Amino acid sequence: MNVLVCVKRVPMTGGKIVLTADEQAIATQHLGFTISPHEECGVEEAVRIVEQHGGESVVLTLGPPEAEEQLRDAMALGMDRAIHLVIGDDEDWDAQATATAILDAIEAEHAAGVDFDLIFFGNESADSGGYQVGIRVAHALERPIATGLKGVAVEAGRVRCEQEVPGGRDVFDLPLPAVVTVKEGLNFPRYPSVPGRMRAQKKPIASSSPTAAPARLEKVRLVSPPGERKEAEILGHGPDAAPKVVELLQRIGVA
Amino acid sequence: MSVLVVVEREPGGVDELSLQALALARTLAQGASIEALAVTPPSDTVSQGVAATLGEHGVSTLHVAEHAVFGSYAPTAVAQAAVELAERLQPAAIVGAGTERGNEVLAHIAARLDLPLAANCIAAASGDPARVTRLRWGGSLLEEADVHGAPTLLTVAPHLVTAERAPAGEAAVEHFAPTLSEADQLVRVTDRAEDDTAGGVSLADAKVVVSSGRGAGSPEGFGIIEELADLLGGAVGCSRAVTMAGWRPHTDQVGQTGTKIAPDIYIACGISGATQHMAGCKGAKTILAVNTDPQAPILASADYAVIGDLHEVVPAISAELRKARQT
Ligand SMILES: Cc1cc2nc3c(=O)[nH]c(=O)nc-3n(C[C@H](O)[C@H](O)[C@H](O)COP(=O)(O)OP(=O)(O)OC[C@H]3O[C@@H](n4cnc5c(N)ncnc54)[C@H](O)[C@@H]3O)c2cc1C
Repeated sequence: MNVLVCVKRVPMTGGKIVLTADEQAIATQHLGFTISPHEECGVEEAVRIVEQHGGESVVLTLGPPEAEEQLRDAMALGMDRAIHLVIGDDEDWDAQATATAILDAIEAEHAAGVDFDLIFFGNESADSGGYQVGIRVAHALERPIATGLKGVAVEAGRVRCEQEVPGGRDVFDLPLPAVVTVKEGLNFPRYPSVPGRMRAQKKPIASSSPTAAPARLEKVRLVSPPGERKEAEILGHGPDAAPKVVELLQRIGVA
Repeated sequence: MSVLVVVEREPGGVDELSLQALALARTLAQGASIEALAVTPPSDTVSQGVAATLGEHGVSTLHVAEHAVFGSYAPTAVAQAAVELAERLQPAAIVGAGTERGNEVLAHIAARLDLPLAANCIAAASGDPARVTRLRWGGSLLEEADVHGAPTLLTVAPHLVTAERAPAGEAAVEHFAPTLSEADQLVRVTDRAEDDTAGGVSLADAKVVVSSGRGAGSPEGFGIIEELADLLGGAVGCSRAVTMAGWRPHTDQVGQTGTKIAPDIYIACGISGATQHMAGCKGAKTILAVNTDPQAPILASADYAVIGDLHEVVPAISAELRKARQT
């Protein structure tokens, strides 16, 4: 089983999102970066699948040079090697351009003799939330795809996929090779061990620089949602505030 | 030029989020006709009520795609039916609800037509290019964007556009049998695993949610949170710091990558109010924060706050509630 996981580097924004003066990006000077929880679960699942079935696990990102940090993190969790599609620091590729670059990378792997039986994406990226890169890649590869999964089980050339719906789980049963998009809650990702981190430093990263097609979903500017910030009315300090809280609950009609 | 809307049905009618999608579709149509697509297996019928409801929301014709595969959810088959219908109608835009399934189907349509898709829009204006405002970061940020190419493909963010009536008489109903390849029919729901652990109040539907974050300090710290939730007939929630620590299951997590909640009151204890957490509770009518830190970011989104240690404040609220009920 060869498994590919596609991840994206995003800032950890904390309590408030601050935009750059040109309104094109989030001001990230003081922020750390991570991959989305959805994709972290994809990494964990890929590592487990390869531990169980053998084969190779590969992590791919399209991102700035600094995204090497996220590739090393994924390799610290057990991914075998990485593909880095390097783009400029302030570039924000749309979903079509991203899918095309990923397809080219998959094609290059194929030419080098590596075919992926299962390809993971996050259900939606944390920052852009387009819900479509995985679907575009699956369509171009003419492979089946199931999305928003919280259960993935590989068995006898097929993958059983579980999607959470109100009251239960819907099941899709796909033949391999296939593409899946997953959500946090799929599994409980392991914490990287110190030896895992050391090994990750030595694992190979294949870098290349794709050229961007013009954006067809073209960002004009980012805006903070209006009227969100208010100031909470302080009901009191410590346990003495309890009667005020109960009054509030009674007023709302839930006490 | 028309606008085509892919509608999702629910037992006995049309899903509320599809009606919201219709409202945004009308602003995009600017008077042009609104066409709707629904899918059904041949053995079933789309009830008269559906055509009536759609007519009340401005739909002139409901196109019903009939095929055996529509006996269960089959995303690529729905997308192919929409593509086939769009070839005939040549709509200026194709619109879906920003549900998991709406986003999935529209993405398949976008892949088939090799066109951009703007997911989770709250506003849209037709034109070349079309201009949309859409959600990023689970709604913590908005993006204004140009969508190039035709038809314009978009989904409508849930609960941010009001479903308004625009009576156009009862919608005409036209049936068609889409041509679907084996590949189009390959991905479909083949089984349903019922959730047997569900017994209590579900987090997504609860009228009251009491939650805690890192401030709970330990799994045991949730005892007092559960106690207050029980007293109020509510559900227990938590932040990602808690699920990452393994104190609670991910099913309890509120937020962008957890559950989206819409209670009458959300009581958030020892939670700092990270944007990704708040993305999950924008639907709460009232937010009460309990936090030791008067500078915590959550105080800028909460309606009320108690400044103090949750380990003292929460039991005091439970005790006061019991006292109030005895008198
Ligand atoms: C892409 C992405 C997606 C994410 N998705 C989610 C998500 O879905 N849900 C989510 O919750 N997070 C999510 N996060 C994580 C989020 O950014 C925060 O890290 C997380 O919400 C912090 O949890 P917390 O508030 O419990 O912890 P902290 O930020 O550590 O805050 C703890 C708070 O408790 C207060 N406190 C401490 N002790 C006490 C006490 N005894 N009594 C009262 N108050 C006390 C402190 O003052 C502080 O305000 C996501 C992050 C990223 C990058």
